[in-house]
Amino acid sequence: MQLTVWTYEGPPHIGAMRIATAMKGLHYVLHAPQGDTYADLLFTMIERRDVRPPVTYTTFQARDLGGDTAELFKSAAQEAYDRFKPQAMIVGASCTAELIQDDPGGLAAALALPIPVVPLELPAYQKKENWGAAETLYRLVRTLAGARRERPARARPLCNILGPTALGFRHRDDVQEITRLLGRIGVDVNVVAPMGATPHDLTRLGDADFNVVLYPEVANVAAQWLDKNHGQPFTRVIPIGVNATREFIAEVAGIAGLDATELLAEQSSRLPWYSRSVDSTYLTGKRVFIFGDASHAIAAARIAQTELGFKVVGLGTYSREFAREVREAAKLYGVEALIADDYLDVEARVAELQPELVLGTQMERHIAKRLGVPCAVISAPVHVQDFPARYSPQMGFEGANVIFDTWVHPLMMGLEEHLLAMFRDDVEFHDGAAPSHLGGKAQKPQDKPAEMVAAEPLDAMPLDAAPLAAAPLAAGAPITFHWDDKAEKELKKIPFFVRGKARRNTERFASERGVATITIETLYDAKAHFSR
Amino acid sequence: MNALTPLSPGSATPVSGCSTTPVVQERGQREVFCGLTGIVWLHRKIQDAFFLVVGSRTCAHLVQSAAGVMIFAEPRFATAILDERDLAGIADIDDELDRVVGRLLERRPDIKLLFLVGSCPSEVIKIDLKRAAQRQSRIHSPRARVLSYSGSGIETTFTQGEDACLASLVPVLPDEPADAPHSLLVVGSLADVVEDQFARLFDELGIAPCTFLPMRRATDFPPVGPNTSYLLAQPFLGDTARALDERGAKRIPAPFPLGAEGTTLWLRAAAQAFGVSPERFDAVTAPGRARAAQALSHSKGMLAGKRMFLFPDSQLEVPLARFLSRELDVEMIEVGTPYLHREHLSGELALLPPDLRIVEGQHVENQLDRCRAARPDLTLCGLGLANPLEAEGLSTKWSIELIFTPIQGYEQAGDLAELFARPLNRRTRLEV
Repeated sequence: MQLTVWTYEGPPHIGAMRIATAMKGLHYVLHAPQGDTYADLLFTMIERRDVRPPVTYTTFQARDLGGDTAELFKSAAQEAYDRFKPQAMIVGASCTAELIQDDPGGLAAALALPIPVVPLELPAYQKKENWGAAETLYRLVRTLAGARRERPARARPLCNILGPTALGFRHRDDVQEITRLLGRIGVDVNVVAPMGATPHDLTRLGDADFNVVLYPEVANVAAQWLDKNHGQPFTRVIPIGVNATREFIAEVAGIAGLDATELLAEQSSRLPWYSRSVDSTYLTGKRVFIFGDASHAIAAARIAQTELGFKVVGLGTYSREFAREVREAAKLYGVEALIADDYLDVEARVAELQPELVLGTQMERHIAKRLGVPCAVISAPVHVQDFPARYSPQMGFEGANVIFDTWVHPLMMGLEEHLLAMFRDDVEFHDGAAPSHLGGKAQKPQDKPAEMVAAEPLDAMPLDAAPLAAAPLAAGAPITFHWDDKAEKELKKIPFFVRGKARRNTERFASERGVATITIETLYDAKAHFSR
Repeated sequence: MNALTPLSPGSATPVSGCSTTPVVQERGQREVFCGLTGIVWLHRKIQDAFFLVVGSRTCAHLVQSAAGVMIFAEPRFATAILDERDLAGIADIDDELDRVVGRLLERRPDIKLLFLVGSCPSEVIKIDLKRAAQRQSRIHSPRARVLSYSGSGIETTFTQGEDACLASLVPVLPDEPADAPHSLLVVGSLADVVEDQFARLFDELGIAPCTFLPMRRATDFPPVGPNTSYLLAQPFLGDTARALDERGAKRIPAPFPLGAEGTTLWLRAAAQAFGVSPERFDAVTAPGRARAAQALSHSKGMLAGKRMFLFPDSQLEVPLARFLSRELDVEMIEVGTPYLHREHLSGELALLPPDLRIVEGQHVENQLDRCRAARPDLTLCGLGLANPLEAEGLSTKWSIELIFTPIQGYEQAGDLAELFARPLNRRTRLEV
């Protein structure tokens, strides 16, 4: 039993859903109790997908447990096939269904559907989301990739891009950026998987000369199998950051037998010059704490230290499968790696290290917010904000540009820092002030992590109320409104972000009607009057 | 629970409800939350309570995903994630809970009431959380009280989690004294501001004492007994009502306080039970009724004559259909509900337009087919369905917002109407 406040990763069947949802023409039949359909909203809300994930759940209840849940699974699978006519199906169990041991794989096989049906064994009490994604991709590839085949010599070698999934951190844009980069190296893309691939496309994987692994957490197992069984080498360098992108180009050129000297000679990213530009001097030695999945965390540490001139004071990951790689990386910066999926441990480490910038997941964004430290998000788990409308890759040269902007943006600008140091009690530039370009409200570092939320509305009040006092006075003689105690208390129950508007409307309503004392009745009369 | 005739998946059979309204029962994939989701609002409502789910990583992931996808950094809920050792019986559940609960209470000295919340896996492997809660209560008494209930998906959908939680509270409520005056207990989570409005109205009606369940503070248990009359503020509280009946309390049957009419009928039922004169009732409620009518008029133009389809979600669907059809002239195509408590909803069912199609249970694919075929002007549905339907050109209102927004009472009637009008309003604005 492990006490968990927040989880970095969902259960392994969520990983399988990320594969199924990324693909086309694949359907997932999941033996799961009522309620497990919550997972749909991760895709339709966080990622704003415009179709439902291709998942059928059996949603069994207590009354079914007394009856025949196996029959329920079979009818759900048959019905899903009849309705969706997928090219292939994956079947499996969520945590509760695992306990009732109905064997979805065997049940589905008994239906003798005329399509490949891939059974998934995802042990929900041992493994987690990324493992589930990797296992699912591996099982699909293994089942569908077919036999090793002869490949003709090509002027432009062919590769597959492996790893991008649904709900991935910037996967959509990374694929676009890397596809373009590969094209410039002289390599064409055969299949991108799982994102956008059909089961039929997976049968063509073996046509490629090699594989590009963008997200090892998801694609390493499949890539290793393809290496062994189809003789396809795969890339190890993750092209995040200027130097890593250059190494990636060299690695791809090496595997493909191409000459990339010319491409490598180009100055393709603005990051190097922006970093050298004198206005960036203030970034020097800023203490940064980094936490995320292994690939993004390792890449972020390298960029922070060697491309932006920060100092890495902490590095960690929740990807236990890649703990060794992260420990190796941490040695480069003389820090001890934090390998943890316990949010409270990460919080304690950030509080202890007192960094000036946190690069992490949405969880660390909360930790940083509470501690009053600037933060940028570099890795899943993701939030709706991590799916920007604009093109915003992490990988390749454009990715490096995006990273420069994203990481520098939360910081106070250099000159502003100076103003702060010089005029400590200035109205605008003071200890509690947020960076001026970020707007919002003053944030004070809080030293007691356990207490939050309540502080925010109160802090916001003065800023919120300031312009209001002036608003009704425009006409002439100052009018002071008397709010009786109960009305004043009632007003405080309104959320702070609309409280100012409510106060203003009520006072306007009162002045128009010559009401001297604002009561609760006035407040609600005004509310009804102005309600849209 | 009402007896259900087991049906094969996908089949649908009309059966008769208590009223004349026919109710169709449907079985198949149910696109609903489980009862654990109730924790998302209950942990805010009871301010010094903590909810510890004993479950799997899926449970933890569900609660955090439903909780507005990580809004709060340290909420008053957590999950004790079961691992293989727990399943295999290698780890002793008592030892494990001693450790986990100990760590939790040490970290959060503010917690006075702890709920151990059962889940699908804990139910299936038959962990006796009731006994475990008694043991933890003994260990941590008097500093904290520990109770248990099940929020599992195999036992509960969505709002039934609140029902199970409140039902677990009822047996520990103190007895009212033998000579206690006739008192009112309002049952079901309401936004604090709504609760205060109702408290003021009951006070003006002369109904006192008046208490609320759940209470805002874990230590403010309202007393209960034969002199208590209770009024349900939510339509999903079957088990809680039964537990209150067992304590000798008497239910005041009423429709639910959604919209001006629902609020009036709800308040009037209480007023009648407490012998308030009709004149006084009219005088006290007149300002609220007038304001509600005024506020409702703002959205009526947008909603009148529109056709709506309600997917099952919170069990609020039947009272909402009554409000929408009677106060806003919305035409109901289909009203889905995960479960229909015929007795508690009898007042509502009587007010519904005749021939309204009510569907209890769900086969989500068939229901989506019906929805697409009907092309409603507005569809009330869960978050998993909203964007896909919008992409098909159908306007939607996500149902979970009805749980997280103050919608009950006179002062919120206009807000409730506006929640439905806004998606339509938005469509008229967008030119992209």
